Amino acid sequence: MPRRVAVTGVGLVTPVGVGTEETWQALLRGQSGIGSITHFDASRYATRFAGEVKGFEPTRWMSARDAKSSMSDPFIQYAVAAGAMAMDDAGLVIDGELAERAGCFVGSGMGGVATIEATHRALLAKGPRHAFSPFFVPQIAINLAAGQLSIKFGAKGPCYSQVSACSSGAHAIGDAFRVIQRGEADVMICGGSEAVVTPLGVGGFGAMRALSPRNDAPALACRPFDLERDGFVLAEGSGILVLEELEHARRRGARMHAECKGYAANADAHHITAPAAEGEGAQRCMRAALADARLDGAQIDYLNAHGTSTKINDAIETLAIKKVFGDHARKLMVSSTKSMTGHLIGAAGGVEAAFCALALAREQVPPTINYTTPDPECDLDYVPNTAREAKLRNALTNSFGFGGTNACLIFGRPEP
Amino acid sequence: MAENIEEKVTKIVAEQFEVPAEKVTLNSLFMDDLKADSLSVVELVLAIEEAFGLEIPDEHAEKIKTVGDVVNYVKARVQ
Repeated sequence: MPRRVAVTGVGLVTPVGVGTEETWQALLRGQSGIGSITHFDASRYATRFAGEVKGFEPTRWMSARDAKSSMSDPFIQYAVAAGAMAMDDAGLVIDGELAERAGCFVGSGMGGVATIEATHRALLAKGPRHAFSPFFVPQIAINLAAGQLSIKFGAKGPCYSQVSACSSGAHAIGDAFRVIQRGEADVMICGGSEAVVTPLGVGGFGAMRALSPRNDAPALACRPFDLERDGFVLAEGSGILVLEELEHARRRGARMHAECKGYAANADAHHITAPAAEGEGAQRCMRAALADARLDGAQIDYLNAHGTSTKINDAIETLAIKKVFGDHARKLMVSSTKSMTGHLIGAAGGVEAAFCALALAREQVPPTINYTTPDPECDLDYVPNTAREAKLRNALTNSFGFGGTNACLIFGRPEP
Repeated sequence: MAENIEEKVTKIVAEQFEVPAEKVTLNSLFMDDLKADSLSVVELVLAIEEAFGLEIPDEHAEKIKTVGDVVNYVKARVQ
């Protein structure tokens, strides 16, 4: 038997709240975090709203000097904040012999895009001599979110970043799970971070016609599985977990939110953006994660869907769930928390894994909001509009990324 | 002018490294006394260049270790 792995810390910076409790309570209320873009003038963009992080004060987690220099990009700031929350939640100090047994995996789809944009503007305006901060490169390099956390907490084990578009955060957690299972580390700070509500981010995803254009009602725009859905809503933030070898957590009397039980990663090998027919890759990935967790589909009670609110994803994901779970699919609670947070791209897998851990620990299931008109192709129990109390045995979360890259994680109720 | 240069440099250094201006002396070593790292010293050099409309060649920038070094360099170039 491989070593077992517990979730002992959760940290969240999302469009519905800065902080785990704030975020979770907003999800239970069914509150949307989507609104008009304020980070830049979006008036000439086809989509002018997004899920922005609001009221974020970086100096709560770093010095004002670092916030302006070595940690100035928001994708790094969000990761540092969520990582600090998760470590605080875990009540863990990394020192002594633990240092070399603790690592950091933080994924991101795109890294420091805001810094790239600002620096390029300066380059065109001022020329190369005065455009560049010496901190430019360590803001844009994707692994610097993990790097900053390792420096902050003195974690000297494996430290790098999984880059797989919208699956990045899930891959980071899955790989961290494996590292602990294999005995290469006892503690992993892991998840995802993203901050691409910027002109290039909004313009780029807009050019793919992937974003909802519902500018007159931003809070209603993200409506996964609803017949009237018309695209995803770009969002930002970070979700970080502390994973810990279960006996290590027990020995120090740590509170466990959940156990990480299974993981699988694979590829569609089909198309850069479209899912394979019948979600073949997603099906294989969910099945492989179940096998990895040594669970039957019928032992899963909650599925946090990728559920982006695009026409194709939600229909194909529904079909894939039905193929994998058979009759049990009807009993499964399936919700897309993206209906409230929007799509955090590389951070999505991180925050949604955190939501699964919290759902298990709190015995509460967050809803899919904006669900008003059923789609004949999407006919599962999406926990429409209202959160539920439910004692869950196991929860599965799906993350599917451009390039046809898939990741599934399974968490279980922590044993007393 | 000379005094102004010293005041202006001190102000920039204090802002850049977030230390009270009264703690910045001509003898303050950036890396040891003001807790700067090599990257933030580069950032300071850029700020000095911008403030005084100078270009400090890298071979000179590398020799700048203290506030006094900056003041002397700027004085020599501006006067």
